[in-house]
Amino acid sequence: MGAHHHGPARGITRWLFTTNHKDIGTMYLWFSFAMFILGGAFAMIIRAELFQPGMQLVEPGFFNQMTTLHGLVMVFGAIMPSFVGLANWLIPMMIGAPDMALPRMNNWSFWILPPGFLMLASTLFMEGGAPAFGWTFYAPLSTTYAAPSVTFFIFAIHVLGMSSIMGSINIIATVMNMRAPGMSYMKLPLFVWTWLITAFLLVAVMPVLAGAVTMMLMDIHFGTSFFSAAGGGDPVLFQHIFWFFGHPEVYIIILPAFGVVSQIIPAFSRKPLFGYASMVYATASIAFLSFIVWAHHMYTVGMPVAGELYFMYATMLIAVPTGVKVFNWISTMWRGALSFETPMLFSIGFLVLFTIGGFTGLMLSIAPADFQYHDTYFVVAHFHYVMVAGAVFSMTAAVYFWLPKWTGRMYNETMGKVHFWISFVGFNITFFPQHFVGLAGMPRRVPDYALQFADFNMMSSIGAFVYGASQILFLYNVIATIVAGEKVSDEKVWDGAEGLEWTVPTPAPYHTFEVPPKVGAAPAHG
Amino acid sequence: MLCKKIMVFAGILLSSLPWVAQAQNQVNMSPGVTEIGAEIYDLHMLIMIICVIIGLLVFGVMFYSIIYHRKSRGVVPSQFHESTKVEIAWTAVPFFILVAMAVPATSTLLEVYDNDEAELDILITGYQWKWRYEYLDAAGEPVAFFSNLATSQEEIYNTESKGENYLLEVDEPLVIPVDTKVRFLITANDVIHSWWVPEISVKRDAIPGFINEAWSKVTEEGIYRGQCTELCGAYHGFMPVVVHAVSREEFDGWMAAKRAEQASDLAAASVEMSLEALMSEGEAVYNGQCMACHGASGEGGVGKAIAGSSIALGDVNTHMDVSIRGVSGTAMQAFGTQLSDIEMAAVITYQRNAFGNNTGDIVQPADVASYKQG
Ligand code: HEC
Ligand code: HEM
Ligand SMILES: [Cu+2]
Ligand SMILES: [Cu+2]
Repeated sequence: MGAHHHGPARGITRWLFTTNHKDIGTMYLWFSFAMFILGGAFAMIIRAELFQPGMQLVEPGFFNQMTTLHGLVMVFGAIMPSFVGLANWLIPMMIGAPDMALPRMNNWSFWILPPGFLMLASTLFMEGGAPAFGWTFYAPLSTTYAAPSVTFFIFAIHVLGMSSIMGSINIIATVMNMRAPGMSYMKLPLFVWTWLITAFLLVAVMPVLAGAVTMMLMDIHFGTSFFSAAGGGDPVLFQHIFWFFGHPEVYIIILPAFGVVSQIIPAFSRKPLFGYASMVYATASIAFLSFIVWAHHMYTVGMPVAGELYFMYATMLIAVPTGVKVFNWISTMWRGALSFETPMLFSIGFLVLFTIGGFTGLMLSIAPADFQYHDTYFVVAHFHYVMVAGAVFSMTAAVYFWLPKWTGRMYNETMGKVHFWISFVGFNITFFPQHFVGLAGMPRRVPDYALQFADFNMMSSIGAFVYGASQILFLYNVIATIVAGEKVSDEKVWDGAEGLEWTVPTPAPYHTFEVPPKVGAAPAHG
Repeated sequence: MLCKKIMVFAGILLSSLPWVAQAQNQVNMSPGVTEIGAEIYDLHMLIMIICVIIGLLVFGVMFYSIIYHRKSRGVVPSQFHESTKVEIAWTAVPFFILVAMAVPATSTLLEVYDNDEAELDILITGYQWKWRYEYLDAAGEPVAFFSNLATSQEEIYNTESKGENYLLEVDEPLVIPVDTKVRFLITANDVIHSWWVPEISVKRDAIPGFINEAWSKVTEEGIYRGQCTELCGAYHGFMPVVVHAVSREEFDGWMAAKRAEQASDLAAASVEMSLEALMSEGEAVYNGQCMACHGASGEGGVGKAIAGSSIALGDVNTHMDVSIRGVSGTAMQAFGTQLSDIEMAAVITYQRNAFGNNTGDIVQPADVASYKQG
């Protein structure tokens, strides 16, 4: 290690002023877990109200506040920051860099997040209540007809957007400039590749979201009529702008998850990733396609038939690169020497459930059929298969996989496996029946429902409580590991793991790669 | 170890099957009662079956690997990591499968969009939180009415047992003739709603300032129920759609009766009413139309409080103005077009004399009519 080896500062200032990528990564991860619990608590309220037909616990207006905050907190507070945290911890270690390229900006992009969410959460206590227009906040429900707290919501979105943009610029700058000698682009671990592409998506679409909320702000306070037909504006314009951000956003959520499982599956298959190059190209084509399919969320707004056809064909195409990825992961497992530690279990869970979500996505892309699926629980099932079983499962896998490297301690494997099985079963009991009620005609975002949907909704609620409770086990396991887990000192914690992060000591010291490593001819991604 | 777990899981799934199979638990899309609906259903089944087959193949390979290529069996991992041929194959084959799916999807979509030659036009307007239907083609005064949720607050708040069509029942359904191409012109008055009846295969957004078109040709008489499917505010879950499809003769009879009813309403509006009559009618209108926003005892909610409101206690004309014209830019709609003059007079009288607002003022239908004339 370097000559002036120094550790972290002491006390609270360590965290407030830190520019260390590992500290910042840790803060992102804890923050996103806290948001995951908060968003989860909102979900529990939703599922408790939907446990039986009739209104029992909350009023319809408050129910809508819960669905809105649940969506916003999960997407912007839990999933996105968790992957930024992972990127902070891992990208420098994976490419042989001493830190992120812009460490001070890194500090700032984390520290504006908590105030942003505080502002969002504070709307719950304002007159008229929190935003109640869904995480997609369609105008004019979110403008003319919104509670006054919408202004705070708009500023919260601006803050989160700024944080994301800064985080992305940092990742792009780091990957482009700080790779160790010999670490060419086609040697980058897939996690780095997927994040690099994600970062470009973020830089491209977060400003569009900022534009959308700014137009809302103008409509609400400055007399413009961007989204009000009465003043010559167009409510559908809002949806185009939102989904021009929103569809790439769903890939922003899933691409880093693809990266994670592309690291973990080879490690526990003890075999190199199949089709590395095609994985990179598939990721890039998904990213490109994600910009040109947005209106598949708007099949029922009354687009001309030509537009409808175009968006249908383009959306269907996404299934091709997505399929390539799934086939590659399975070929990686084929004739490997598999073992099933917790990270592998979560990755296989990801693979199975994400694929199911991909299939329902393909069904949704068929415009005439989507007329029946749209805005029903079928869509709710689809996006939870891709976002929870996709993004959240892969994030969970990542924590189990790299936790020993981060802390130098091993988690409790049995408890990890129990966590997986409870999550897997709980998740499916929650969301599989939602396909049925959706097809049978239950609209989404309703606080109460007709009697024929009662059984499946009760099942769904029970599953949700099980899945929710299993996260406590996860939290316990992580804390127990940090405090008193069995010590590990092998650099390569897992026998099949490949990549530069497994060449530094365990636990990873505060500063790594102060002297850049030499990357040989062998691909670093294994 | 793992095998045992899989067995346990399969056991749990199987044991839940009888539940799934219960008749009232519909698990699939309904083909409905239109030709288009049947086509959409076939399309849905086709894509789903293709997905299931691909899924079985892919997961089959994966589980084979999970069972036979485990480290615990002492296998030596192979090191292969690419194959251009295979990779081209699994890019090209899915592409052609997609093309095969796109063909029927395109033809069905084109049919859905064929709005020409409709025999009956109905204008559907979404309001927070009810639907308004207006028959456009009928000669003479157009027939128009609002369709409100008919489920009682007691059922919703669990103090009475829930009826069979809980949340899917309205005071006045939309009536259409069977075997007739009916065109729906769909719009909204405030926020975006979406008009959906699964069995007649129409879902189209109702957008303020725009008129969307959709059509349906129902082949079977019956009652078909649906709901609003675009989040439209607090009571989005409480604005059902009910369609009665009846024979052509029955439809014509209904239309004639409806027209007669509207005419007699008009005549009744010139009669002087007593305070008691106005109050009891007003209470009914208030509970049906205003309570959701103004509260069961006038305490307010989405809308302002009526109890002690300076408008309800102040000038009658202002009260009429707010109620008839609405307050633009807020959830307070222009009820002038939604309520008859009798209903409007009654609800205003009621608001001025209920919830402790003891003004003693009486507003007559004729006052409302002359106010509307300006
Ligand atoms: C969708 C919700 C909603 C419904 C239904 C509704 N109102 Fe309102 N109402 C409002 C809102 C919001 C306001 C406050 C408008 C403003 O900001 O001035 C209001 C205000 C009023 C006021 C003025 C109160 C004051 O003190 O300023 C009167 C009178 C009134 N409504 C009458 C009615 C009547 C009569 C009905 C039923 C026929 C009705 N409202 C139904 C939302 C509603
Ligand atoms: C094969 C790939 C996919 C296809 C073809 C696809 C297609 C679709 C379509 C057509 C819709 C609109 C459905 C409707 O509202 O009627 C939809 C909704 C949605 N999808 Fe996907 N999808 C895919 C993958 C994903 C992924 C990877 C994610 C996120 C990780 C995702 C997240 C969502 C979300 C959040 C919605 C609902 C948005 C809302 O209305 O709130 N999808 N998808
Ligand atoms: Cu999309
Ligand atoms: Cu609605």
